This record gives sequence, structure tokens and C-alpha cells, in this order.
Amino acid sequence: MKKHSFGNRLIASPYIVWSVIFIIVPLIIMIYYALTDTNGIFSIENIASLGKYKKAFGISILYAAVATVITLILAYPMAYFMTKLKISSQRMLMLIVMLPMWMNFLIRTYSWISILANTGIINTFLGKLGIGPIKLMYTPGAVILGMVYDFIPYMILPIYSVMSKLDKSLLEASEDLGCNAFAKFKRVILPLTRPGIISGITMVFVPSVSTFYISQKLGGNKDMLVGDAIEYLFNLGPEYYNVASSISLVLMILILVCLFVMNRFSDEDEGGVII
Amino acid sequence: MKILSRLYVALIIFFLYAPVLVMIAFSFNESSSVWVFTGFPLKWYAGLIYDTTMLTALLHTIIIAVLSAVISTVLGTAAAVGIMALRKKFTAKLVMSVTQIPMMNADIVTGISLMLLFIFLGRLIGLDESLGFFTVLTAHITFNLPYVILSVMPKLKQTDPHLQEAALDLGCTPFKAFFKVVLPSISAGIVTGFIMAFTLSLDDFVISYFTCGHYQTLPIIIYNMTKKSVTPDTYALSTLIFIAIFTLLILYNVLQTKSEQKINRKARV
Repeated sequence: MKKHSFGNRLIASPYIVWSVIFIIVPLIIMIYYALTDTNGIFSIENIASLGKYKKAFGISILYAAVATVITLILAYPMAYFMTKLKISSQRMLMLIVMLPMWMNFLIRTYSWISILANTGIINTFLGKLGIGPIKLMYTPGAVILGMVYDFIPYMILPIYSVMSKLDKSLLEASEDLGCNAFAKFKRVILPLTRPGIISGITMVFVPSVSTFYISQKLGGNKDMLVGDAIEYLFNLGPEYYNVASSISLVLMILILVCLFVMNRFSDEDEGGVII
Repeated sequence: MKILSRLYVALIIFFLYAPVLVMIAFSFNESSSVWVFTGFPLKWYAGLIYDTTMLTALLHTIIIAVLSAVISTVLGTAAAVGIMALRKKFTAKLVMSVTQIPMMNADIVTGISLMLLFIFLGRLIGLDESLGFFTVLTAHITFNLPYVILSVMPKLKQTDPHLQEAALDLGCTPFKAFFKVVLPSISAGIVTGFIMAFTLSLDDFVISYFTCGHYQTLPIIIYNMTKKSVTPDTYALSTLIFIAIFTLLILYNVLQTKSEQKINRKARV
């Protein structure tokens, strides 16, 4: 009876070995680098010197938080309106939302330069109206726009998938019980779609806070984000691996704390949706 | 209200596609301005054939995507079946938590930790330059695996475990029972996992950036190019890839709708 289940258990072992070597060991090595100096001797000097990067951490968290809020405000109505359409149009729209994700995000981000630059599409248009040029590129706004643009599908899709499974009879019941449109939204729709919102927020915030391409291209290296600092230090060579690792470690802990707090919020509902 | 909501959807789609449209416009244009169209419109497409750097990178990207998707699908499906069979709940939970790490962690942290591991392993066997084909492939398999496992797992939970037992009672070997009974019932999850793995691998930049060494994939080439200026044939290649994926998705959607209609018709009969 239990014969097959023993065989079944065994076939997980290649994966378990793989995940130990390529998930756990790398993190241990990174922590080792973070807590040692270039000679491999234990030291907390790297961690202590992170004060230099306080600004980078602050800006990263601020930009990512603003981008996440904007993304949520834009994506939520989008997901809601999508569920109001015919099933076939809904599926088509899903594809349309996902399609840009299959295109190289470097190219898509880079294309924004030709839209935002002083000689770009927007400013040429404004120029014809006799306005501007307005400085759009290399501003915090441009970096946040890039984050919103690159990660908005990750917000739309989970919210949409929760919303499309929403039980319509609950909405009708709330109307019958005298809810107006606002009360219906606040007391029925919002709580029921919270798992989607939570997973959307994590899927936008994590890549935003750790990005290093968007800020380089659209922010013009004026404000260094955490990702930029890590990438810059790693490119300087092996003697900077220790400092870079300690920044990565702090970034990782920061993200884990955020995820933990977020999960606390979603625990009140039954299992959240990942992906 | 209806018009307003449609307008909103249209605006969001416009926002999503504005840079894509710019890219397509550049790919047909000889001058570097979006406004002035000059020259032979397919010039950059024709020039693509001679751009060996770009084509090699494209080949590398496809090789890595296919190999990593196939390997992670096989490993991940086996892992999902095995994890479901783990009798100790604690062990299963632990394995699943570890599986979540690459999905939850920032790409840059995953990339750096893998790079440090590869350099460490390379030094152990006495290599100066340890980063290359095998390290990108390993990295891609590693970040694909969680997505495969999490697509297969729900399907496995839906299958009736008694079916496999019945097959065994009826004289199937465990091997045969797996392929005849379990595999068909989870095939949809396996296909989803494979497609996700393939597309993630195709589009990955950050993790490849830290692990690829001289084995450059298309995103890496594009990254190096955007440091200076992007050549127009990059836009041409991206447009071609865009059109290919667009066609595939539309085809997939049409086929799916058709097969659903067929099932509905059969159900009615």
C-alpha cells in the first residue's frame, strides 16, 4: 500500500539537493562575505559602514513605495472594469496586458527616453503648442514612471484574478441590504479582493526597491538607488564584494520584513494568491 | 459610466503600449527622429542578417530558455510529486518555504548570491573564469523551478490519490501507474509551468547579468548597448520578436476558445 509513496518521495530528492546547493548555500556564502573583510576575517565593519548608503536605501524605499501606490491606484479600476466585460473580451484583454511583459524590459524602458527627452515626443508636441520644453527626463518622476510602467501588469493580473472569482450574489445581497455604491465597495469588494492587492503590492514593491536599470536610464544616475550601489560595487572588482554583499544582505532582510508585515495583513483572509 | 470605464481601459492600454509603438516606429525609420520618416523602411531588418553579435546572442538566449525550461519542468514536476508524498508535514513545509525564496527575493540578491557561489566553486576546482554557459543555465533552472513546482502542485492536490492506488491494485508497476494515471491528470499544470519557465528565462536580465561571464544573452547585449546608444536593428529584432509572440498568443487564444466551444457543444449533445 505504501510502496508507491516511498518511490514518490524519493523523486523529490534531486530537487532537494538542488535547492540546498543553489538556494541555501549561495545565501550562506553571501552572508559570509557580508560579515568578513577582504581577508576572510570576521568583521562587522561592512555593516557598520553602511551609513554611507543610508540615502540610497531611503530613496529606494521612497520611490518604490510611491510607485507601488500609484500602480495600485491605476490597476485597481482597470481590473474592476475588465471583469465587467464579456468573457471572451476579458481573456483578450488579459493577453494584451501580459504581452508587453514578453518584450525585453530594457528596450521598453529605454524607449521612454525618446518620449520624455527635451527633444522627445511630449516636448515636441508641447513645443508646437508654444509651451516648454519641460524637463521630464532625469527626474525622480521619470524613475517612478519607469517603475510604474514596468511592473503594472504584476498588479493588474493578481487583482483581476481575485476579482473575476468574486461571488456576484454577495454584491446583490449587499445591495438588497441597503448598501450604497461606496459602502458596497468598502465593505464587500475591497475586503474580498485584499489577497489580490497584497500579492500585487509585493510583486511591484520588491522589483521596484531593488531595480538598478530604470534609475540609471531614466534618473541619469543622479539619485543612486540600492540596486545601483550593489551593481556599481560588484563591477569595481572582488575587493568590493564584501561591502556589496552586506548591502545585499540588508536589502534582503528589508524585503523579508516587508513581506512578513504584508502577510500579517493577508492572514486574516484565507490563503493569499501568489502569482 | 460605461463609456468612461471603456475610456479608462483604453488609456491604460495606451500607456502600456506607448513605448512599444515608439520602438516599432524606430525600427522602420532611417533617421533617428520619430517625426521624420526617411529612407528605405526595411533597411534595419535587412541589416539584421549581418549582425552576428545580435544573432549569436539571440541563439544563446533561445538555447538557455529551451534547456532551462525542459530541465526545470522535469525536475520540478518530480519534486512536486515527491513533496506531496512526504509524510512528515514539517519537512514538506520546510521544502516549500525554501522553494519560495527565489520568488520572494529580489532578483539582484539571487543573482549575486549565485555569482558568489559559482566563483567559490570555480576556485575549488581551480578555474580562473568560472562564469559561462553552465552557470547561466544553472541560474535559470534555479529561478524557474519554483514556478514549475507551484503550477504543478495545485493540479496534484486536485487529483484523487485513490486512482494511483487503484492502478497499482490492478497490476500496474509504480512507474506505469505514474505515467498512465498521475501524469495525464497534471499535464495542464506541467504545460503552464513549462511556458512560465520558458518566458521567464527568455526575458531574464538581472540574474543573467551577474552569472553569464562571456556567454552573453540578448538582454545582456541590449543592456551593454543602451549604455551607449541602441542601434536601430535592435529595434527591428525586438519588433520581430514582438510580432512572433503576438501571433502565437492570438493563435493560442483562438484555439483555446474553439476547443472550449467544442467541449460545450459535446456537453449539450
